[in-house]
Amino acid sequence: MSGIRYFFKSFMLWELLTGLRLTGRYLFRKKFTVQYPEEKAPQSPRFRGLHALRRYPNGEERCIACKLCEAVCPALAITIDSHRREDGTRRTTRYDIDLTKCIFCGFCEESCPVDSIVETRIYEYHGEKRGDLLMTKEKLLEIGDKVEAQIAADRAQDAFYR
Amino acid sequence: MSEDLLNIEINGQPLQARRGAMIIEAADAAGIQIPRFCYHKKLSVAANCRMCLVEVEKAPKPLPACATPVADGMKVRTRSALARDGQRSVMEFLLINHPLDCPICDQGGECELQDVAMGFGGDISRFQERKRVVKDKDIGPLIATDMTRCIHCTRCVRFGEEIAGVRELGATGRGEDMEIGTFVEKSVDSELSGNVIDLCPVGALTSKPFRYSARSWEMVQRSTIAAHDAVGSNLHVHVRRNRVMRVVPRENEDVNETWISDRDRFSYEGLYSEDRLSAPAIKRGGSWADVDWDVALDFAANGIRRVVAERGAQQLGALASPNSTLEELCLLQKLLRGMGSSNVDHRLRQADFSDQDVAPLFPWLGQSIADLELLDAVLLVGADVRKEQPLINNRLRKAALRGAGIMVVNALEPNFNYPTEAAMIVPPGDMPGVLAGIAKALGVRGGKRDKLLESAQVEPAHEAIAERLKNAGRASVLVGAFATSHPQAADLRALAGLICEAADAALGYLPAGANGAGAWLAGALPHRGPAGQMLADAGADAQAMMHDGLAGYVLLGVEPELDCWDSAAASNSLREADFVVALTAYRTSEMDEYADVLLPVSLFAETSGTFVNAEGRWQSFEAVAAPVGDARPGWRVLRVLGNLLDLEGFVYTDSQQIRDELKDKVGEARADNNAAWREPSRLDGKRSGLTRIGDVPVYAVDPVVRRGKALQGTRDACDARLGLNATVAAKLGLQQGDRARVTQEGGEVVLEVELDTRVPDDCVHVRAGVPGSVGLGPCIGEIKISKA
Repeated sequence: MSGIRYFFKSFMLWELLTGLRLTGRYLFRKKFTVQYPEEKAPQSPRFRGLHALRRYPNGEERCIACKLCEAVCPALAITIDSHRREDGTRRTTRYDIDLTKCIFCGFCEESCPVDSIVETRIYEYHGEKRGDLLMTKEKLLEIGDKVEAQIAADRAQDAFYR
Repeated sequence: MSEDLLNIEINGQPLQARRGAMIIEAADAAGIQIPRFCYHKKLSVAANCRMCLVEVEKAPKPLPACATPVADGMKVRTRSALARDGQRSVMEFLLINHPLDCPICDQGGECELQDVAMGFGGDISRFQERKRVVKDKDIGPLIATDMTRCIHCTRCVRFGEEIAGVRELGATGRGEDMEIGTFVEKSVDSELSGNVIDLCPVGALTSKPFRYSARSWEMVQRSTIAAHDAVGSNLHVHVRRNRVMRVVPRENEDVNETWISDRDRFSYEGLYSEDRLSAPAIKRGGSWADVDWDVALDFAANGIRRVVAERGAQQLGALASPNSTLEELCLLQKLLRGMGSSNVDHRLRQADFSDQDVAPLFPWLGQSIADLELLDAVLLVGADVRKEQPLINNRLRKAALRGAGIMVVNALEPNFNYPTEAAMIVPPGDMPGVLAGIAKALGVRGGKRDKLLESAQVEPAHEAIAERLKNAGRASVLVGAFATSHPQAADLRALAGLICEAADAALGYLPAGANGAGAWLAGALPHRGPAGQMLADAGADAQAMMHDGLAGYVLLGVEPELDCWDSAAASNSLREADFVVALTAYRTSEMDEYADVLLPVSLFAETSGTFVNAEGRWQSFEAVAAPVGDARPGWRVLRVLGNLLDLEGFVYTDSQQIRDELKDKVGEARADNNAAWREPSRLDGKRSGLTRIGDVPVYAVDPVVRRGKALQGTRDACDARLGLNATVAAKLGLQQGDRARVTQEGGEVVLEVELDTRVPDDCVHVRAGVPGSVGLGPCIGEIKISKA
């Protein structure tokens, strides 16, 4: 009995049709495809993209060189040197993130006591030369300055859960 | 002994404790952890932090473990509900006024408050009110203060009173208004002040040079030995990315207990001084060029060969710093002797070598450092021991507080942090006379000595000192750096020996540098080879080398114009020399002038080696940080030089082989100070006119310390000045603040006049080893003053 059923099933390409049924269903469904780069995928306020260093509204950099991010970084991507600035405060002289090491886990942001290092929504960046993906303090502050409004809005939106 | 041990029980664990011990001591000995802030085993019990509350059976309330003596059958519970509740509540109180600024606090990561709060504190604070803020104090260039963080454990205050012997820090106000600070606006100047940084359980007192430069978890802790005094303090060096970030003490009860001096703690800054030499350099045709090691070493070897070939081996000499390692000194003397010259010396600040043939194997303390505490009477001869050897002074202080009589014979009144029973402050020339007076009062008789001592005058003060020494159970005479640099040093040593013999006291020397004792063992001496082996033909000593002028010099870690007894003679003879090889860590303008090759060598912490301290303890250490630039360990440089000069016995692969070879030679030989140094020659110093007292300030003793920026900012760091008492000043027509022209053996400098009551008559105080006195003659000798 099963032999006959098998003969007809293979003869009628039944399994092919079963498979094509799934294809067919998706053919007429609403499409997911995002036409990147013309279209962008939606992002959560918690998106973990390119890093930035923030400043206070008065222009003072937030980072106090506590080095907790350096300590917590599982990929050892952060390198910090600190010193005593002229005005007696504790500041970084060097804040490097090696993006080729970074795994974008977000621990640095979580550990930061002053919300200085953050991960922004930026994910479109590339490097052409060796060293382009080595982010220095200047570069990170520049990113922070550029997207501060977005960063602040995202932190505000998420503040309840922190 | 057994009746003095009590049986107690802590957390159900049966323990034995000494009668009178506190619960916390018994718990510490058994490894049971009780949280504490104010308790420190080296300090008195204050019981003011209340963190160590424990439950004691039959006691109605929790008791502080640090202030509750054990009793027989006592049952203690450290982790019971009552105890934990007490600890948690105390922690909450302590945190009320603590700012919780851990992210910017240098103590973060190594903070006792953090640790105890994690282990014993609650998870939230119910305190909603405003926290108090305390103004920071400026207490000098070594210690940074953040007094808001202070939890008033008073460890620093007790340290000042009990260990450092200076009431510099104290508490003012009560309750919430209590503040720790200096009573009047001033800096903390104790030579041990840095220890309060380690004592402070929070970040209220932290290291100023280290401030904000690294976090505790970034650094690797490595062990080494301090390189500035004869104590050989055990150190932990904290290294980050192969760079020394700071230095802290390593506990060694026999040597430094838990303390180190500020000089050992902060000198590391000198490692990274701007004038550090990073590449070998040679002088060709009058101009300097940085070259490779090969070129520089060949140049050096050829130069040495040329001097020996053209001028004879006797025209080659070597001067070594007494801070060099045993291995470096051993290879240096081997190199010189291999070339046929015995002109090698490390006794740079010594002038009188007449007794060197009868000297002991090495001049040493005559007793162990720890035994100094047990002394009942001490006579300090020409020793400002507080600044020279701060931790030896700490032991003497303990003895003094126990009732020992500390007596002083010196040319400059030292400032002690304990009471002295007698102080004979006399011009340097009169020091032998004073010692002879003491010896005579002790009744020294026999042979040639009688004739000599006949002329000695016994004053009542001498008799008092003699009486005290004689009646003491344990007595010692310690001969310090000033006596060693005295023009009649041999006489002083001889008389000190006589006094010791008559008073049954131990004769001790405070050797110069970290390896002054080791240098004798290594044979860095003109008259003896390694392990004290006597030589038939003695070479020239340090003074002869400087005064007679040789054709070629090898310098090891020396800046002769600052490190030598006679600055003027040193500079002159080096400038006159045909060829000078300087194994140095720094490049100075003077060196550029006189040297022909500069070979960069590593400093302490960058090289492996051995120091032999004042008590004859061999302490070896490994390199803990990378040398700066192209610098190499001194022993490697000397080994290669030996090979290039085709000398035998220069095949070593590590420094331990050199040490072991020497150790085999030394064997069980012990130094005996009493067996040597007799027969003083004369008692009265020739005196006409003024005598210079040229002691070396505590932070000018060696090239590294001289470059320690923070140390140079302290009150103890001082440049040359003309110190004299009012009588002498009036005679010369000088007043405070005047400029005076100081002339000595052709050298002339202009110095500021400072009236100083500590300086005896007929003397002026012009420090040695500091830039201001470079170019002057002997540290102790005739000097001329005129108004500038």
